[in-house]
Amino acid sequence: MSDAANPSMSASAPAPKLSMRGVRKSFGSTVVLDGIDLDVVEGDVITLIGASGSGKSTLLRCVNLLEPTDDGQVLLDGVDVAEPGLDPDPIRRRIGMVFQSFNLFPHMSVIDNIAIGPRKVLGVSKADAHREGQEMLARLGLADRADAYPDQLSGGQQQRVAIARSLAMHPEVMLLDEITSALDPELVGEVLDVVRKLKAAGMTMLFATHEMAFAREISDRVCFLHQGRILEEGPPAQIFESPTEPRTQAFLQRVIDAGRL
Amino acid sequence: MSDRPTRRERYERARRRRSVAIATVSTIVVVGASIVLIPLTPGWDRVRQAFFDGDVFLDTFPGLLGAFWLDVKILLWSTPFILAVSLLIALARNTRSPALFPLRAFAVIYTDVLRGIPVILLVFLIGFGVPALGLSRTWANPLIWGSVTLVLSYSAYTAEIIRAGIEAVHESQRAGARSLGMTSSQTMRTIVLPQAFRKIVPPLMNTFVSLQKDVALVSLIGPVEILRQAGIDKATYANFTPYVAASLIFLALTIPCTRLADWALARQRARTGATTIA
Amino acid sequence: MRRSTALRRIIPVIAVGALVLAACGSDDDASGSADGTLAPTDTGSGDTAPTDTDPGDTDSGAGDCSSTIDDGVLTIATGEPAFYPWVIDDAPESGEGFEAALALAVAAEMGYEGDAVVWTRTTFDEAIQPGAKSFDMNLQQYTITPERAENIDFSLPYFTSNQAIVALVGSSAEGATTIADLKDVKFGAQVGTTSLAFITDVIQPTQEPFVYDDNVGAKAALEANQIDAAVFDLPTALFVSGVEIEGSAVVGQFPADAGGTTDQFGFVLEKDSALTACVDAAITTLTDNGELDAITQEWLSDFTGAPVITVE
Repeated sequence: MSDAANPSMSASAPAPKLSMRGVRKSFGSTVVLDGIDLDVVEGDVITLIGASGSGKSTLLRCVNLLEPTDDGQVLLDGVDVAEPGLDPDPIRRRIGMVFQSFNLFPHMSVIDNIAIGPRKVLGVSKADAHREGQEMLARLGLADRADAYPDQLSGGQQQRVAIARSLAMHPEVMLLDEITSALDPELVGEVLDVVRKLKAAGMTMLFATHEMAFAREISDRVCFLHQGRILEEGPPAQIFESPTEPRTQAFLQRVIDAGRL
Repeated sequence: MSDRPTRRERYERARRRRSVAIATVSTIVVVGASIVLIPLTPGWDRVRQAFFDGDVFLDTFPGLLGAFWLDVKILLWSTPFILAVSLLIALARNTRSPALFPLRAFAVIYTDVLRGIPVILLVFLIGFGVPALGLSRTWANPLIWGSVTLVLSYSAYTAEIIRAGIEAVHESQRAGARSLGMTSSQTMRTIVLPQAFRKIVPPLMNTFVSLQKDVALVSLIGPVEILRQAGIDKATYANFTPYVAASLIFLALTIPCTRLADWALARQRARTGATTIA
Repeated sequence: MRRSTALRRIIPVIAVGALVLAACGSDDDASGSADGTLAPTDTGSGDTAPTDTDPGDTDSGAGDCSSTIDDGVLTIATGEPAFYPWVIDDAPESGEGFEAALALAVAAEMGYEGDAVVWTRTTFDEAIQPGAKSFDMNLQQYTITPERAENIDFSLPYFTSNQAIVALVGSSAEGATTIADLKDVKFGAQVGTTSLAFITDVIQPTQEPFVYDDNVGAKAALEANQIDAAVFDLPTALFVSGVEIEGSAVVGQFPADAGGTTDQFGFVLEKDSALTACVDAAITTLTDNGELDAITQEWLSDFTGAPVITVE
């Protein structure tokens, strides 16, 4: 299915970094993911769009195993990590996630937030972790906020710290779950700038968002989710300009009407 | 427009002045009336002698202070155990894995039973009952088993407080930590518990103050701590002043503790930049 | 609007202040009734007959034997529960037990028999506190002490008891013949008793004694191996060792003049009670005609022969 959308279909096509095969997830009697098939090649930025409740968040949470899947496979470098009974912690080290509500640790300073992952999980020394964290903050323009507490930062700054915290683990894949939805419009730009930089650095990303213009700018592929299925998938130009599915069109029309495209 | 703040300031200043005046006058009236009128009541002399006898106070105060040292010791060695046991019980109660059901069930039974049984009963049951099974003199010491009773009883209450604190930490904190690859126990240790404890300082301090007084229950099984000493003095002098003296000594401990907790909370709030809603 | 706000604030303060004053000002009975009653005859209750405090006066039950709290009825109080051998089966009305039998004999001398005697219960403590009483006389092995006598009236003593030590067989207190032998013993006793005072003032052991609310605690501590020995009055000691704790014995008794206070039991009556002289007269009569001895013999005669410990 993904081959059809991928123009460079050749025998030497790289094996996908991340694959989902027939992933199903229900909460009680509500079916949230109804058979997801998705391939992500290394360096790709895949954007997920769709209405609220279409399963975007759940899909991402199934990738880093915050939600256990009911059925189907999640293949990281060809290995099914969704297998029940597998220890999720080593997997999660390799996959970074940034949340809509930042989820920074309020009782720790910014630099401690960034350093805690490497220190506790990767065994990096405190000095090294702080040094690397400081460098990352500098690259994000937040060098002077290292000792501040999350409460004292603006939303945009907090989200950038959250991204830095995730990056400190040197993940192979990053999952971005509507990372600008909770931000004031004028702060969205600084966060999207960081995402641009990540793309430029070649980070593999799964990106759930309502920021359509940005999605069109940086995505390699866009997936439209509807009621737990990927209804339509393709390059941004195709999805945004000439979607084939009526529901995709309806959704995009609503987005345009809301002035967000 | 530049007038408004000044006009409001003036108004509020006047209001504050009026409130302070009313409060001062009414306090003076009530306290003054008490000071002047209570001694004029017919029974005052007897009441004063029975409860506020200066000679008895001075005679018994050193002994009471000495006996209080035992209370402080019991408090100091019981508190760490209470915290440790209640943390274990709270964590046991908090486990989510179905395989750990027996542990969860044990924690529930522990808190239910030990909060339900009056401490006096436990003190006698454990303080006299366990040593009577045949322990040697050193192991039969009522200080050991009295402290065990306090630990059992108070850890049940404290476990519930800690559990409430843990549950008050939003699930998204765990999500953030786990998504970094932190294990369940690392998450609990570095992310959840520190936040949980900050939330439960007031009820914990409440429990601690309560414990400072419940330490006196150990006297039921023999050791002479401050309230028992006050009772001995009461019988010797046929006077209640020793209890008043003991109360003052207790307040000298409990009040600083509560102020310390308030200060720690305020400092933490200032540091993390939380705003106060006026 | 300003005025009513201020007023609204003052009124509760005044109300509280008024309540405080009202509570302080409200009088009680105690101060009012002690003086100024004008009952002309000596059969009125609450009457203090100033000439009847002579204890030797045995003139047909002299003293005002009729000034009981309930007309025509003598209210006698004892402990809850009342222990053997002072009262048998916690039923003082039966007259069985040393104190039960003695109380009825005294009551009879005072002119109260059968239904005219009513029993009530109090705690050990509350009877010896200052203030009005719910009984005419109270007996539960109260040792006569000058401190207690400041708050209540004691009758003449009806029993002299030694202090005695109960210990488990094989304890460090066994075989002691002098106080010095007992210095390293871990003692226990009931709070507020002369037994405890005996330990702290006379024996003065190197280890601080454990103190209990009642003898039940001291006994439990013996059985729990938390103390070497407990001090009780002799009859209690003999009962504890003979009946209650297996493997224990009375390892010694101290003679009445062993130092500290002598342990004599007396009835407790309200301070300056009109009945005190009457009770004293009754006791004197019973002592003189040998009935007190007979009662002591009947109910406490089993109890003899624990070794005497000297104070060196």
